[in-house]
Amino acid sequence: MEEHLAHGALWTIKEGFTYPNEYIYWTIHIVVYPYITGLVAGAFVLSSMYHVFGKEELKPVAKFSLVFSFALLLMATSPLMLHLTQVFNSINMILTPHFYSAIAAFTVVYLTYMAIVLAEIWFVFRPYIVEQAKEKKGLLGLLYNAMTLGSFDVSEKALQTDHKIIKILAAVGIPAAAFLHGYVGFIFGSVKTVPLWKTPLMPFIFLMSAIISGVSGCIVTYIVGMSLKRNFICGASIRSMCKVLVWFLVAAIVLEGIDIIFHAYTAEEFWSIMSELLFQRFAFKMLVVQWLIGMILPLILLLLPRLSMLRAFISATLVLIGVFTMRWDVVIGGQSMSKSLAGFLTYDMPIIPHNMESFLEGPIPITVLLIMPLVLLFIFNKVLPVFTEVFNEEDCGFTEGLLSGKDHAKH
Amino acid sequence: MSLSRRELLKMGLLAVCGTVIPLSALEILKPEAAASLIRPYSEHKRWAFVVDTTKCVGCGMCVKACKLENEIPFNIDVQRTWVERYVQLKNGDVLIDSPHGARNGYIKNDPQGKEINEAEVAKGIFVPKLCNQCEKPSCVQVCPVGATYKTSDGVVLVDKGWCIGCGYCINNCPYLARFFSPVTNTADKCTFCYHRITKGLNTACMDACAFGARKIGMLNDPNSEVAKIISTERVSVLKPEYGNEPQVFYIGLDAIVR
Repeated sequence: MEEHLAHGALWTIKEGFTYPNEYIYWTIHIVVYPYITGLVAGAFVLSSMYHVFGKEELKPVAKFSLVFSFALLLMATSPLMLHLTQVFNSINMILTPHFYSAIAAFTVVYLTYMAIVLAEIWFVFRPYIVEQAKEKKGLLGLLYNAMTLGSFDVSEKALQTDHKIIKILAAVGIPAAAFLHGYVGFIFGSVKTVPLWKTPLMPFIFLMSAIISGVSGCIVTYIVGMSLKRNFICGASIRSMCKVLVWFLVAAIVLEGIDIIFHAYTAEEFWSIMSELLFQRFAFKMLVVQWLIGMILPLILLLLPRLSMLRAFISATLVLIGVFTMRWDVVIGGQSMSKSLAGFLTYDMPIIPHNMESFLEGPIPITVLLIMPLVLLFIFNKVLPVFTEVFNEEDCGFTEGLLSGKDHAKH
Repeated sequence: MSLSRRELLKMGLLAVCGTVIPLSALEILKPEAAASLIRPYSEHKRWAFVVDTTKCVGCGMCVKACKLENEIPFNIDVQRTWVERYVQLKNGDVLIDSPHGARNGYIKNDPQGKEINEAEVAKGIFVPKLCNQCEKPSCVQVCPVGATYKTSDGVVLVDKGWCIGCGYCINNCPYLARFFSPVTNTADKCTFCYHRITKGLNTACMDACAFGARKIGMLNDPNSEVAKIISTERVSVLKPEYGNEPQVFYIGLDAIVR
C-alpha cells in the first residue's frame, strides 16, 4: 500500500534543521500565477501607450495587446484554483472576504480590472462588431448581434465619443493594471516570515518585471502571429516596443539590484543563509538565467545599434525566460530557506504522476495553463480582427520617417 | 428648495459637528475604561501556556498523546506539538534536530543522525513547541475568508469547513505551528486542546508529561500556576521580533534555540 504523505512532503527534500511541519507549501502554481498576471499588466500598459499617450507607431499592436491581455486575464485565476486544497470552498472568498488579508482583495481587484479591459475591448472593436452584425447571417450573425449589446450607432459623433471613452478607460486601466500586479507583489512582500520576500520594494519589483514580461510577450506573440498569417510587420512598431522594454528593463535591474545590495550590506540574521541561496544553491537560476540571460544580455542586444526583427525577437524571448525564472526564484527560493535559518528545503517537482496530487502538482496542468492564453487568442482572432495589417509598407515607411524626423529634430 | 452657498456651508458644518461630537463622546466613555474604574482586575479570560524546558527529557510522550487525542495520523510527518533537540558541542558546533517531531522520543545520543561521544557535549536542551496562540496572530490576519479566528479567551482555531486551503496562514506563521491536515486537507494547528480545557480538563500533552514540563492556565487567574510563574519568574517567548505576542512562555530558553 502506498504510504500517505503530508501535503508538501512529496516534493520537499529537507536538509539541516527544518521545523517538522515545514514544507514548500507554495509550489509551481504560485510561480505561474504572478507570471500570468505580470503578462496581463504588461500587455495592457503597452496597449495604453497608444491609446493614452498617442504613440502612433504602436497602433498596429494596440488592439492585439489589449486582447492578449484579456486572454491572459481569463487564465489568471486558474493556477490559484489548482493550488487550493479545498477548491470548492473558494466561493468563500466572495461570501466572507476577510479584508485584513491581502489575498481577500483579489476578487475586487481582479473583477475591477476585468471590467475595464472588457469595456475597452468592446469600445475598440465596436465599429467592426456593428459592421459584422449587419453583414453576417446565421449563427455568427447572431453572435455579432449579441456583441453589439443593442448599440448600432456608428455615426461620426458616436465614434468620437467612443474614442474619448477608450482614452479614459485606457488611462484608468494603467493604474488598475499596475495595482493588479503591484498587489501580487504586496501579497509576497508582506509575508513577514520569509526574508527573501519581505521588502517594501516587492510591489515595484514585481511591477517592473511584469511590464518587461508583458511587453516581451507581446513582441514574441505578435511577430509569430503576424508571420503565421504572412502579414507585413512594421519595424517601427517593434522598435518602439523594444524602446519601452529597454526603459523598464533598466528599472527592473536597478530595483532588483538594490534589493540584493541592501540585504548584503545590512547582513541581518538571515543573510548567511540567503547568501548561500543566492551564490550557491540558486546561483545558476538566479545569477546566470535570471540576471545574465534574462536581463543583462537582452539589454545589451537591444542597445546595440541597427536593431533587427530577429534580435528583438531573441531579446524578448530571453526576457520571457528570465522573468519566469525570476518568479521561480522568488517563490521557491523564498521558501527554500528554512525559517529556522539552519536548514534548506529543496523543491523537487513530481514529474511522473502516480496519483491525483502528483498530477496536479506536476508539469502537465501548468503547461496546459500556459498554452491556454494562446489558444484563447487564436479563438478571439476568429471573431475579432486581432492580427490585422494596420500599417502597410507605405504607412510604416511614413511613420518611420516621422520618427526619424523627430529624432533629427531633437538633435 | 434652493440653498445659498452660505447656507450649504452652515448646514455642512453642523452635520459634521453633529456626527463627530457624539462619536468622540464614545471615545471618552470607553466601556472598558469605565469598567476598569469600578473593578481594577481584568475579568478578561486568557489562556496561556508555560513550557519548562529544564524539565523536559525528550521522551516524546506529549507528541504521541497529542496525535492520538487530536486524530493526527501517527505516521505522517505533521504535528500539532513537537520537541526539538539542541546539542552544543565543546568545539562550538550546534546540532539541532527533531526527527518525526520526536513522536518516538529521543532514545539515542545521535543529533542529526550523528553518533556523538558524551564527552564532546557542552550542553543539550529539549524544547517542546506548540502553537503560541498569539495575541496578534498573523495567521488570523492573513486568512482571506476568515476561516481562522481567535476566540474571546485567546485561543486561535480553524474552521475546517470554511478553509479554502491557500496556505497563506501556514507561510505567515513564524513558528511553523501550522500544516495541512492529512485528514481534512485544510489548515490545522494546536488548539490548546480547546475541547478539553473548556471542560476543565488539562491538555493531552500536559497529562502525558511525566515531568511537569507543560502547564496551562488562565493568565488573569491569580491562583493559576501559569499566572504565578509568568508574573514572578524569568520567562521568555520565541521570536518576539515578529510582533505576534506569543502566549506560550518558556523557562530556560537559550541563545541557540530557534
